[in-house]
Amino acid sequence: MSNEKLQSASKQVLAPLPYAENALDPVISARTIGFHYGKHHKGYVDNLNNLAAGTEYAGMTLEKIIAATAGKVDKAAIFNNAAQAWNHTFFWRSLRPKGGGEPPAVLKKKIEAAFGTLDACKKELATAATTQFGSGWAWLALDDDKLKVVKTGNADSPLTKGMKPVLTIDVWEHAYYLDYQNRRADYITAVIDKLINWDFATKNLG
Amino acid sequence: MSANIARTCLRMLTLLPLVSLAISGWAVEPSAMPGTSGATAAFQLPPLPYAQDALEPYVSARTMSFHYGKHHQAYVDTLNKLIAGTPWAGQPLEKVVAESADAADKAAVFNNAAQAWNHAFFWQSMKPGGGEKLAGRLLELVEKSFGGFEAFKDAFTTAAVAQFGSGWVWLVQDGDRLKVVKTLNADTPMAHGQNALLTCDVWEHAYYLDYQNRRKDFVQAFLDHLVNWEFAASRLK
Ligand SMILES: [Fe+2]
Ligand SMILES: [Fe+2]
Repeated sequence: MSNEKLQSASKQVLAPLPYAENALDPVISARTIGFHYGKHHKGYVDNLNNLAAGTEYAGMTLEKIIAATAGKVDKAAIFNNAAQAWNHTFFWRSLRPKGGGEPPAVLKKKIEAAFGTLDACKKELATAATTQFGSGWAWLALDDDKLKVVKTGNADSPLTKGMKPVLTIDVWEHAYYLDYQNRRADYITAVIDKLINWDFATKNLG
Repeated sequence: MSANIARTCLRMLTLLPLVSLAISGWAVEPSAMPGTSGATAAFQLPPLPYAQDALEPYVSARTMSFHYGKHHQAYVDTLNKLIAGTPWAGQPLEKVVAESADAADKAAVFNNAAQAWNHAFFWQSMKPGGGEKLAGRLLELVEKSFGGFEAFKDAFTTAAVAQFGSGWVWLVQDGDRLKVVKTLNADTPMAHGQNALLTCDVWEHAYYLDYQNRRKDFVQAFLDHLVNWEFAASRLK
């Protein structure tokens, strides 16, 4: 992903939402986006800036902070907030109004090489998203040159496993509880069928 | 039955299970399922010790209906499916939790068993009109362990807010001392031989409909208006 929005000389900034807060309605309500983007995502960015101020991490790109703190117990708070800041920016761009449908040919070919069919890929992604116990994320990622479905707990991401994220779905309860309550599977089906931004995923193949 | 009598009965009911839970997993013992010839036994969702709207306005009836009726029920149902036909079928819940705790290949059993236990324990940790002043031996232990009741509340709130992702915050007894501990996802002090006195669920589903991102407000409402200190005291060893 292009990271010009994630870079800053000193402080991380909350990247603008790539659409209006009500643009994903009714699959994701404006009320959910209001809290998810305006409180949760902003909270991670603000916490990170507070934690990084005056340290070696101030002024680093998010990717560098994530790489430098992953797996270090004493850096867990910085890692969690940096990774969540990155994951959410990536998540907003993984969605779009009137998304879903057929991926562009180049992505579809890669999907079929890895999963057989687009439906098999969507099914594996949905299963990963449904079975991630507790808070976390489901991803489509490139491992070397092969597409894989990955699930991660809490703030973790394929970046820490040497993989390249292609798209993601947030399965923290805050992502769907106002709209779907306990029905995580319904949220995931709706997101995959109606919001997935296959164009963004295709750009991440390069 | 008038509302007042109903409320009084509910109050009494909240006191009844104390003794039995202190001994074992009270309402989470397996019981024979009708129509199964007694060959298998399944865990049952324990009754909620108060009405679903009894904790309003601090926890809404809507939250309770999902939290108890969907989440807790699903953990119990999933556990029953997972252990059907295994040596764990018919065993006490505590035993299933303890035995599956350190087995990586039994994560699904542990997660659902521990969540079934944690939620039953969480309902007992609250009551309508809770959060009163502490007294007796529990107060002495709180003062000795934390330096005061306010310091305990600060430690509990800090741990609850700091638990990243989904999990639980607990008051546990470690010999002559009390401690605040936090656990991730389904993890539970019971699986580590610690004696839990009290818990607050800090999975987002516990508070999102009522408090959204404001977890701290939920935990403060829990401490000030919901904590069932009689239950916590009954757990002291
Ligand atoms: Fe999120
Ligand atoms: Fe819960």
